[in-house]
Amino acid sequence: MITLTINGTEHRIDADVRTSLLDALRDHLAMTGTKKGCDHGQCGACTVLVNGRRINSCLTLAVMHEGDAITTIEGLGEPGNLHPMQEAFLHHDGYQCGYCTPGQIVSAVGMLGEVKDGWPSHVSDHLTGEQGLTPEEIAERMSGNICRCSAYPNIVDAIRTASDKTKEPA
Amino acid sequence: MNKHVMDKSVGETRLDRETQGVIGKPVDRYEGKLKVSGRAPYAYEHLLEEKNVGYGFVATAGIGKGRIKSVDTGAAQAAPGVLAVVTGDKILRSSAQPGSPAAQTIDGQVFHYGQPVAVVVAETFEQARHAARLIKVDYEPAASGRYDLSQVKDKGVASDQGVMPADTERGNFEKAFSEADVQFDQTYTTPSHHSSAMEPQASVAKWDGDMLTVWSSCQLLESNVQQIAHGVGVPVEKVRLLSPYIGGGFGNKLGIGPDAVFAALGAQAAGRPVKLALARPQVYQVTSRRSETIQRVRIGTTKNGKITAFAHETWAANSPGNGFFEPAGVSSVFLYGGEHRRVSHRLSETDVLMTSAVRAPGEAVGMLATENAMDEMAEKLGLDPVEFRRINEPKQDPQNDIPFSSRKLVECMDDGAKRFGWADRPKTPGSRRRGEWLIGYGMACASRKNQLQKSSAEIEMSPAGHATVRTSMTDIGTGTYTILQQIAAEMLGLPLDHVSVELGDTSLPPSSGSGGSWGANSAGSSVYVAAEAVIEEFAKRLGVDADTLTLKDGHAIANNRRIPFSEILKGEAYKVTGTVEPGETSEKFTQSSFGAHFCEVAVSSVTGETRVKRLLTVAAAGRILNEKTATSQCYGGQIWGIGSALEEELVIDKRSGLLVNHDLAEYHVPVNADVPKLEVVLLPERDPHASPLAGKGIGELALAGVGAAITNAIYNACGVRVRDYPMTLDKVIAGMRDDLTDAA
Repeated sequence: MITLTINGTEHRIDADVRTSLLDALRDHLAMTGTKKGCDHGQCGACTVLVNGRRINSCLTLAVMHEGDAITTIEGLGEPGNLHPMQEAFLHHDGYQCGYCTPGQIVSAVGMLGEVKDGWPSHVSDHLTGEQGLTPEEIAERMSGNICRCSAYPNIVDAIRTASDKTKEPA
Repeated sequence: MNKHVMDKSVGETRLDRETQGVIGKPVDRYEGKLKVSGRAPYAYEHLLEEKNVGYGFVATAGIGKGRIKSVDTGAAQAAPGVLAVVTGDKILRSSAQPGSPAAQTIDGQVFHYGQPVAVVVAETFEQARHAARLIKVDYEPAASGRYDLSQVKDKGVASDQGVMPADTERGNFEKAFSEADVQFDQTYTTPSHHSSAMEPQASVAKWDGDMLTVWSSCQLLESNVQQIAHGVGVPVEKVRLLSPYIGGGFGNKLGIGPDAVFAALGAQAAGRPVKLALARPQVYQVTSRRSETIQRVRIGTTKNGKITAFAHETWAANSPGNGFFEPAGVSSVFLYGGEHRRVSHRLSETDVLMTSAVRAPGEAVGMLATENAMDEMAEKLGLDPVEFRRINEPKQDPQNDIPFSSRKLVECMDDGAKRFGWADRPKTPGSRRRGEWLIGYGMACASRKNQLQKSSAEIEMSPAGHATVRTSMTDIGTGTYTILQQIAAEMLGLPLDHVSVELGDTSLPPSSGSGGSWGANSAGSSVYVAAEAVIEEFAKRLGVDADTLTLKDGHAIANNRRIPFSEILKGEAYKVTGTVEPGETSEKFTQSSFGAHFCEVAVSSVTGETRVKRLLTVAAAGRILNEKTATSQCYGGQIWGIGSALEEELVIDKRSGLLVNHDLAEYHVPVNADVPKLEVVLLPERDPHASPLAGKGIGELALAGVGAAITNAIYNACGVRVRDYPMTLDKVIAGMRDDLTDAA
């Protein structure tokens, strides 16, 4: 048995040592908001926050995360009480089929935390100090989340809108 | 039954009057809150409360072609947690060909590399995946296989199982071409493509006695449920299929994936419900793909640029028993004028995964060739590419002399040229530079054939006067939930939140499904017809003529009285079904959406890398039902165009037919950083011949021609024509003039 702390709640599950964090969420805990797009760390649909940092939950085993604070899309908000990032994706139409969307939204929240902490990206013009949030920066930092419907322009707009409202990462 | 057959054009409708004022408006998606919060259930995400579920995994072939001598399941059967192993004649080769009665079975053969050979069901996903690797297949490999279209091109045949005739001819092309003042003759190649929807095909199957329920990710439920029934071997009446949310389709889910039948067979064998998702590499190897193509384009003109002869001859591949061919010449039949014409399609058999529809089948790759050819010919004639197209704008369909239902191609070009600043384009290749970057402008046209399909929907008015729309129609990200809500609300005079929509269930009235850009018009028109019937009933009950009835905010206004719907309904629900069918307007008019793309690229003179800097699409597709979702569809098409121009190529191993780059790391689809700020302009248009909604398809239009606008811009930037898609940096730098390149 392993204990996982997800969205502030402890869950005990009887999972195989081979069970990925993603499959633990989807198959053991019925938390299917986190999506399986590739199971190879290539698409970002399974993005969750672990201790505030975004990771691909398909590339990590559930047993490695006892004691970690895991945040999934379900923990950010729900239909009657959406997180500002979820509101912004809704309003800017930052999705179409919706399958990559939870990963995009969780990734965006994590990304804003990285920017706040001064992490540079490939397109940053300086490596230390405060980092800005231009459309180019957002596009670069969100390129680990594939959207085949190709809602990218709207995703960038949504994140710009939400970044004004989101003070802290989840 | 309330039925509208599209035999004549529609006049002014309630949608034109906009009394409620919701049609066309850029409202947020109906199901949006569920999607952004992770609560919308996709195929794999059903039966969550069911404890006794088995997990399936597919075992696949490791050779390209041959005979299966035996399948040893012993080790798999003995592995921990294994509940059942399914082998034999019911194993499917691949997805079902769209609209076909059934998917093909393997029949003891290997038809292509990575083909399914067996299915394992176990207590857990991990156990099933492990056991699938323990299946041992003894093969008798074929001496050789056909994996390269260019090698078998000359054996191509004219198939009669395509979505258009293989051959279309008018006049005497060869004679006219040989006599033309100016001649152009080039051959283009496009690679195989994969839809690569984000949600891998997945199914959950559950038996209750002899009744089978399947949740799967499918676009066309009416034919999909038959394909499942046939594959499992039960009457279609015994199968219910549900696809309430679909994580992208793009043609790849028009036919069922093999997972649908495998989950049902696995559930039968294991005696419990089974969940089965294809692994991402299997999505590439066991479903369907777009054919690679070879396309020869010949254009003959007068000295002044008037086309006299136009030929588009194309070659594509498919696997044994599949007559579908990529209809690459579909737009060439009618897009530009010219008295002498030829469009041909030849299909060759290869031993590679089945080919089928991928977004905008035909236009998506056909217009890469023809819109490059138009650009090359314009240059040869010394004409602006916009002017060359204007000179050859036909007054009616140039193939059969029937009128267009609506056609705003010239308006799209003119509006786009003005907005984009086309007049400022570099006049010669390589003439504009910003540091290492060579700047170029390109344009291309878009067309996408419009189709109306038979479709039905039910509207139920609750005693309180709220409406529920029900149809087996699907929403694959296109916005179906939202536009059906808007149509019903506008027609019935209801606030949006008084209209609910239920989709994706074969127990609901049969629909067209989503594909070929027909979904919005077909399903939307069925809702229109059902709403008209509700209005007729209201008028009858009020003793007035329906035409005099104004409906707004849940009230009927007639004879200076304002009556709430609840009063008309007298405490009882009222339910009615509407059906739309294509009719004579499909025969009497050539129906297509049109558009124009303008693009600015920067090409690195050091590496040959292309960056798209600006991309504008101006489109006219009849009535726009929701400005926000329609624009999103167009962004999607534009970005797919970036993919097909610069990135996407499903690589076929010429030795085995293996699809080499079978995952999202190696099959390069555009990512966020590949996409500049995009602009989409939707010109106001009504097409009264296309549907009762006066709308046309848009989801694929915005992809048609985009890639050619980009590659035309690359030529304008650096003088390189590759004619072998995609235009990756290695091909561009190899062709660059010495005086332009900074490469060491």
